[in-house]
Amino acid sequence: MVNAWDCLRSVPDPEIPVVDVVSMGIVREVEETPESVTVTITPTYSGCPAMYEIELSIREALQSAGHTQVEVKTKIAPVWTTDWITEEAREQLRSYGIAPPERRCASGNDLKTPACTFCGSEKTRLQSEFGSTPCKALRVCLECLQPFEHFKCI
Amino acid sequence: MSLNAEIRGQLFNYLLRHADDRLVLGHRLSEWCGHGPMLEEDLALANIALDLIGQASLFYKLAAETEANGRSEDDLAFLRDSAEFRNLQLVEQPNGDFAYTIARQFFFDVYDVLFLEQLSLSTEAEISAIGAKALKEAQYHLRHTQQWMLRLGDGTEESHRRLQDAVDDLWRFTQEMFVPDELDHTLTAEVIAPDLETLRSSWQESVEQTLREATLELPEDSQYMTSGSRGGYHTEHLGYLLAEMQVMQRTHPGAAW
Repeated sequence: MVNAWDCLRSVPDPEIPVVDVVSMGIVREVEETPESVTVTITPTYSGCPAMYEIELSIREALQSAGHTQVEVKTKIAPVWTTDWITEEAREQLRSYGIAPPERRCASGNDLKTPACTFCGSEKTRLQSEFGSTPCKALRVCLECLQPFEHFKCI
Repeated sequence: MSLNAEIRGQLFNYLLRHADDRLVLGHRLSEWCGHGPMLEEDLALANIALDLIGQASLFYKLAAETEANGRSEDDLAFLRDSAEFRNLQLVEQPNGDFAYTIARQFFFDVYDVLFLEQLSLSTEAEISAIGAKALKEAQYHLRHTQQWMLRLGDGTEESHRRLQDAVDDLWRFTQEMFVPDELDHTLTAEVIAPDLETLRSSWQESVEQTLREATLELPEDSQYMTSGSRGGYHTEHLGYLLAEMQVMQRTHPGAAW
């Protein structure tokens, strides 16, 4: 039987399928006993419509790997932050066309302008703080003029 | 939660107030979906609506757990009548034009950031968790509405006039946010809930500053300042909103996707 953490690494984020729920920092705890698995997840945004989908996919992935007793819990403290997104997931976001969030959002330090995901230029402008999902903002590159999405730093 | 029964009952009512604020305002904003003045703003209003409804769900869920009477978060949202709603009258006001929606949102967002900052310090862990979660989102909302206040207020003659009209008209709904009743006093004494009176001066200061930058006039308090929404007194608009929002559950009880 595949261990629970490895199973969870195969569960994609339903909105951004290039990254998985573990590398996004959505999975907070996993308790594994010989009989059951309890997974604790945290929402990225209060109104994130993907949470239900995420819970279902987690259940499905664990059950199809042979974990029959699965419980999924949700907790909101400590509050999810983009700082929990792994380095690897940041690169995956970038190659998918979404500028990853800056590091150390929680303390507000080190906030650089996100670089264009097409040409890499750092001359970009905020078009709107709200994009196609709650976690993204819209930006425009001032060099290649392409619009692109930016994963908001929270 | 290891609170005595009396405090639990009060906590339930307290959570309901703040859930109702968010559900009603979220629903109002969702009415803009597909009608925004431009695509980006359509998305922005829908995003803010989604955050508010998500926050409402956190409050309702905790309220339902606190009540422990078999009612679910959905029952609380969809099966109560307007006299049982405890939201501020400000948030139930119709959208009007875009300036009106922005002014309503601005007044609420300034309050909301101050309120949530304090709520996140609650001695009740589950309440402070909701405060901390919602605060991150509210800060985003406020930044957005503040920018629109400046853009419209210091914009064209027409946008200025429309926003000033909205500010003047909505002003009467703003003061009751800071008038605590017995419930607030009890929970403030338990360090569960923020002291609303201490938020008022920061709110006033912040609103005055933005209005000044936006070249708008600060309205004066009149004899028509509203009160009583926390006790279930509402303007006529709430009934229509609830009729539309609750129609599915009322017509097909228990219907699920």
